[in-house]
Amino acid sequence: MANAAVFRTCPATGLKIHRPAEALIKANAVTAVVFLAVGGFFGLLVALTRWPAVHLLPADWFYLALTAHGLDVLLVWIIFFEIAILYFASAILLNSRLAAPKLAWVGFALMLAGAVITNVAVLQGGSSVMFTSYVPMKAAPHFYLGVILFAVGALIGCGIFFGTLVIARQERTYKGSIPLVTFGALTAAIIAVFTIASGAIILIPTLLWSIGLVSYIDPLMYKTVWWAMGHSSQQINVSAHVAVWYAIAAIVVGAKPLSEKVSRMAFLMYILFLQLASAHHLLVEPGISSEWKIFNTSYAMYLAVLGSMIHGMTVPGSIEAAQRKKGYTNGLFGWLAKAPWSNPAFAGMFMSLVLFGFLGGISGVVLGTEQINLIMHNTLYVPGHFHATVVAGTTLAFMAVTYLLVPLIFQRELVLKKVAQWQPYVFAVGVSGISLFMMGAGTLGVARRHWDIGFADSLLSFDYPATAFLMMGLNGLAAILAALGGLMYIVVVVGSILFGKRIGEQPAERPAPVPTEAAAVGAYGSAETLSIPGTVVLVGVFFTAFVLYYFVNWKYLSEVWPLQ
Amino acid sequence: MSDTENPGVESSQADDGNEPIPFWQNVLDNPFLLLFLGVTIPTVLYVIWGVMEIVTIPLAK
Repeated sequence: MANAAVFRTCPATGLKIHRPAEALIKANAVTAVVFLAVGGFFGLLVALTRWPAVHLLPADWFYLALTAHGLDVLLVWIIFFEIAILYFASAILLNSRLAAPKLAWVGFALMLAGAVITNVAVLQGGSSVMFTSYVPMKAAPHFYLGVILFAVGALIGCGIFFGTLVIARQERTYKGSIPLVTFGALTAAIIAVFTIASGAIILIPTLLWSIGLVSYIDPLMYKTVWWAMGHSSQQINVSAHVAVWYAIAAIVVGAKPLSEKVSRMAFLMYILFLQLASAHHLLVEPGISSEWKIFNTSYAMYLAVLGSMIHGMTVPGSIEAAQRKKGYTNGLFGWLAKAPWSNPAFAGMFMSLVLFGFLGGISGVVLGTEQINLIMHNTLYVPGHFHATVVAGTTLAFMAVTYLLVPLIFQRELVLKKVAQWQPYVFAVGVSGISLFMMGAGTLGVARRHWDIGFADSLLSFDYPATAFLMMGLNGLAAILAALGGLMYIVVVVGSILFGKRIGEQPAERPAPVPTEAAAVGAYGSAETLSIPGTVVLVGVFFTAFVLYYFVNWKYLSEVWPLQ
Repeated sequence: MSDTENPGVESSQADDGNEPIPFWQNVLDNPFLLLFLGVTIPTVLYVIWGVMEIVTIPLAK
């Protein structure tokens, strides 16, 4: 058993906090935020270039910025933060010591070195192959090497997580089953192992190809295996941010899941089926059968979507149950009106949930349907969709939980509290605009990854509808707003860590930063009620929107592809 | 550690040690079984099936 001196007790939750785990959480979270700032800056440059009236960067710089943006925010920011979540959900929530902290630091160093090396390769200008790095486009060898090192470091982080689960069970730091938030993190870690293994299978040969030791990489083989990594890495996000939703709901309003069993089965759906949705990137590839495409998207993927819809009902349902228990029983939505909307953690979490479901979830099912995928495949609709899932869903959820991690883990009070209160709203409005306007432009046929939708220097001219240009302009404005929201987040978080008032470790010295009911986050147990009429109405609105939008796309397909 | 020291323990469902643990709870409580399933299923259904389809594409003559 580890020495008691390496633990402290959280005054808010009563959880035992392993100091080496705490240091690793801090390091991973801070590094994540730094790369969010870098990647977000490149994203703003991309959006301002795609805004036809501004068209900021020349073509070569545009593709460099697009590559850096994709890598830094889709991979580096997210995975560093997820490693912090894995350590929090294992060592902290299970009151356990972290397995092999020194090895965890090796993993952290590998991830950091890999991220820096890949960024250097991109900034040197010879590796503007974008996030997907499709062969036969060839990047510099250290581009692939950096990604591989980063992946190895992340795999070590997953191993530390599994090791900590074993230690916690052996040392009986908890009884029965692990808490639901930890189970969500376990789901993310399992998907991460598959993701990293797939990345190794394809990126190691590609590294050898880039240095001349392998003569040929088949493009279709590359795309197939790469997407097992590329899309699954975003499924890690989904699992992690759903776990974060449950955590914030528990910590802020003391919410317990409506049913532990149902929520766990929904996570099991993710473990078994979520990675298969990678196939939707290959729906127009010749050479792969319809059986493979349809099974992996239109059958297996829907089981994972069912998991998301369960979470989409149980998270707000658990909040409604907790609020009604406190006496907020007025009408259908009294519980929602009385929710702590001035708490940036809660506001960010709830908007992440709504935007992920309405924008990211519905558009994801549309993209995953083989027939209607054809009308927006490889258009700007695709980045519109994943900005709704990864930015409005994951990034906003991670930003929200940061407002709890700063007092709990960094033991600092937030500075600029008004800025913190507004931040999730500004960011959510900006990101919703990015997502909606890109999906609008994509529906009008605007290609993704294209420097100039005006085709100014093209031999054959082509005109998109004028509305597409309007969409791209609005996308640029929305990106500025989202960048402002991102800047507000970084200023508040960095300012709080550096200059925030210290919070003492003794409960009597300072008021608890979160309610004592926050202990629900580390507990097993259900709310055991289905008296959630407001949530039922919200779910009804969601299904109505889902059915209508699905129908509209089939109608649209019938118009562009008339069948007699 | 006593229950009062660890809030996660208080509402654990395993307090009644005499009840048999349901099958699905055993599955969900085994992280390494879940890891095996979560890696094997997509490896077989997505990667191996997909790669086999690509390698069996006939070469152009």
